[in-house]
Amino acid sequence: MIKRLLLASVLAFGLTLPMSAQDFAIQNAKIWTGTDQGLIESGSVLVRDGEIVAVGDGIEIPASVETVDANGRWVTPGMISSFSRTGIVEVNAEDSTDDRAAPNSTASASLMVSDGFNPDANSIDATRIEGVTRIVVALSLSAHIIGGQGFVADTSGAPHSLTDPKAFMFIDMGEAGAAMAGGSRPALWAKLRSAIEDARTFPARYATHDAGDALKRPDARAFGPAVRGQQLILVRVSRASDILKVLALKEDMPQMRIALVGAEDGWRVAQELARANIPVIVDPYTNLPERFEAMAATQENAKRLIEAGVPTAFAYMSRDTHQARLTLQVAGNAVGNGVAHDDAMHALTTVPASIFGLDSLGVIASGKTADLVLWDGDPLEVMSAPDAVWIDGAAQSMTSRQTELRDRYIDLEPADLPVAYRH
Amino acid sequence: MPIKLTWTKSAAVAVAAIAMSACETVPPQVSANAETVTIDQDPYPSTYAPYPSKPVVLRGATVLDGVGGRLDQVDVLLSGGKIVAFGTELETPKDAQIIDATGRWVTPGIIDNHSHLGVYPSPSVSAHQDGNEISAPVTAEVWAEHGVWPHDPGFSRAMAAGVTSLQILPGSANLFGGRGVILKNVPARTVQGMKFPGAPYTLKMACGENPKRVYGYGGGAYPGGAPYSRMGNIAGYRTAWAKAVEYKRGWDKYHDEGGDPPDRDLELDTLMGVINGEILVHMHCYRADEMAQIMDMSKEFGYRVTSFHHAVESYKIADLLADYGACSAMWADWWGFKMEAYDGIRENIAMVHRAGACAIVHSDSDIGIQRLNQEAAKALADGNKAGLDISRADAWQWLSANPAKSLGIFDQTGSIEAGKDADIVVWSGDPFSTYTKADLVFVDGAMLYDRNNPDLQAVMDFELGQPGARDTK
Repeated sequence: MIKRLLLASVLAFGLTLPMSAQDFAIQNAKIWTGTDQGLIESGSVLVRDGEIVAVGDGIEIPASVETVDANGRWVTPGMISSFSRTGIVEVNAEDSTDDRAAPNSTASASLMVSDGFNPDANSIDATRIEGVTRIVVALSLSAHIIGGQGFVADTSGAPHSLTDPKAFMFIDMGEAGAAMAGGSRPALWAKLRSAIEDARTFPARYATHDAGDALKRPDARAFGPAVRGQQLILVRVSRASDILKVLALKEDMPQMRIALVGAEDGWRVAQELARANIPVIVDPYTNLPERFEAMAATQENAKRLIEAGVPTAFAYMSRDTHQARLTLQVAGNAVGNGVAHDDAMHALTTVPASIFGLDSLGVIASGKTADLVLWDGDPLEVMSAPDAVWIDGAAQSMTSRQTELRDRYIDLEPADLPVAYRH
Repeated sequence: MPIKLTWTKSAAVAVAAIAMSACETVPPQVSANAETVTIDQDPYPSTYAPYPSKPVVLRGATVLDGVGGRLDQVDVLLSGGKIVAFGTELETPKDAQIIDATGRWVTPGIIDNHSHLGVYPSPSVSAHQDGNEISAPVTAEVWAEHGVWPHDPGFSRAMAAGVTSLQILPGSANLFGGRGVILKNVPARTVQGMKFPGAPYTLKMACGENPKRVYGYGGGAYPGGAPYSRMGNIAGYRTAWAKAVEYKRGWDKYHDEGGDPPDRDLELDTLMGVINGEILVHMHCYRADEMAQIMDMSKEFGYRVTSFHHAVESYKIADLLADYGACSAMWADWWGFKMEAYDGIRENIAMVHRAGACAIVHSDSDIGIQRLNQEAAKALADGNKAGLDISRADAWQWLSANPAKSLGIFDQTGSIEAGKDADIVVWSGDPFSTYTKADLVFVDGAMLYDRNNPDLQAVMDFELGQPGARDTK
């Protein structure tokens, strides 16, 4: 009875709830698989219980299954935004809605950004309806060079949409980190070495001391998995000399799993990054000497890294709270600056899936999670948009607060009632 | 724009320099034996002159003329710094350089009417924060051009993206931020060497959250100082306009009847210039209801708002804006960074256009200015998906003709029409595609950017000797 009432009220108020996974097939699609199957010019994808069970040209679709005719349109894996602050702030200038940073907290590695994740944030809907189905979210560093643990979530807006609440540990080893660590790079590296030592010796030294050299007790505990290589460390770094120092750290501590974000100078040390097999997440737009640590920024960074064999993912970082959707546009621009279309697609799918250990995501293949997008054109063209999005096999709502505002005001002709009655 | 710009940047102004001497060029009405005091309206004059150019024929291009027209497979002739003709079977001057533009698109140069290049240059270090004179809520006396660093690498990036003219504005901290300056996007040693010859001055004003946040709650002190509220914002504007009306009355009386001239007031010089119709008002304003208040206020004091900037809610009152005749300078899709930006929608630009109001794509960003064509493409695509049926040719008005009109320079630039400045971009393909790049950029007929020729790519002073100098950016 309660269930029935709930459903009735949902219908009455026109609310949309995320739908549950259904069995369906998409037919006559141009399928970018992200696997050895490459780009299938015309094929089908069959989904059952949220999972892809078959993909290809001429696969058998059971008659009982609902089908979607793509009519030649593109179907891709759900796109992954590799770095943003989506879903942890509603309105940047309103502190009460902002869970991006912890400037007045003494905690560091033990900060869990997922504690601030709000699947109801309006940025989630805006991101999903543009084809991004998974978001990688980090804290904004404000007080400590170790910014805590970032998460991966889906963009369904469902209550339980965290994919991995402890996806990575976030650290800044550049200008900003230097400022937080005491005012210089020497202070920054001293702090990091101390923090690593604190974590390595946890809990022994904390038996006799209240605090370590750099980390309090809960932070030393939380930093341990990263130091032992059980959790990815995502390092914000820009300058070539700083990147090389991070590579040297990795050489000293080969068990650590490290990826870089930013890496404006990455192209200058691309061979070293490739040899060490360190992946990077870059913003393909960055081409201004915004900071002294980013003097050599160029829009060809992505192209040069990929040509050198560095696993490279993309993110849109200049407005990182509400615009994860623009990850597609930055990827298209990377293509405009010399990256192969296929590589740009991988930078939005398989590469971030690999970096963040999302083994079932980023490809269209049998046995993988059915995060799928049906596009009205080339997904990397700025004038294209999704016609449909599925997450875990469930068809998603394609409306957002923004589309509702649009529909309310699309017609400004005087009417019998104020616009507030259009809903 | 970057968050810092959303509220900390603004400033400046200024006003006419003072020439307290007998004026040889503007004889005023005065008694026979007295020297007349006049205000020099152009004390920091443009020294820009077009760079040398040869006649150029762009052959076989798809042309968007910037005023709603599209022609396929036509030639465009540039000569003497001007657009001479376009069409088929043009007579080609003997010494003309012929450029094969088959498969390429030719458009008027992009004009960004909202930039902070030069006043918030790269690198963004503390010494470079010259865009907001936040010392008081009314700083109509400061001028953006006095803060512009002509060596900002951002200018060269904008050039590579097809931007040929731009307005540099003070930030939006203040109610009255100061005077803007309109530039040709040419590298120069001085800002005077970039100033758009004959362009009017502009005044930057700001609505809403920024002034009350910066002053009422500024510096962590509460109470800080007026304004604390939107009520205080409007009272602050009205108080200043009322003073300006009195100031103008004093000068008018002096010019009509002689006697002692009014004491010079640089702040009121600018506001008087607005009331006299010589200085164009560009007002940062997000919310629809506030824009409606500002339009009423302009009528109260007898001036006009030329363009609302950011204007994320223009779609709610596009009909009112069309009736009033104000432009809206907008982003394609920025939203959410503060309450007054919460209702931003992707169809804003297209819905303003559809209502018959003047729509402009602006950047407010050193990143955004590098792909304004793509911002127009997003707005066009989203508008058309909502059923608005707008053509690429119409949409290009958002990038050239409409911003030119908002800056008072449409007689000289902003469209491909015979006799206009040859401010032209040759695109590698359809400029509404993500993959398209600006191949060639002409300013007044001079080829100042060639994507395939490093010798025709400016390297700014700051970048010389740095890692990555002369690299493809």
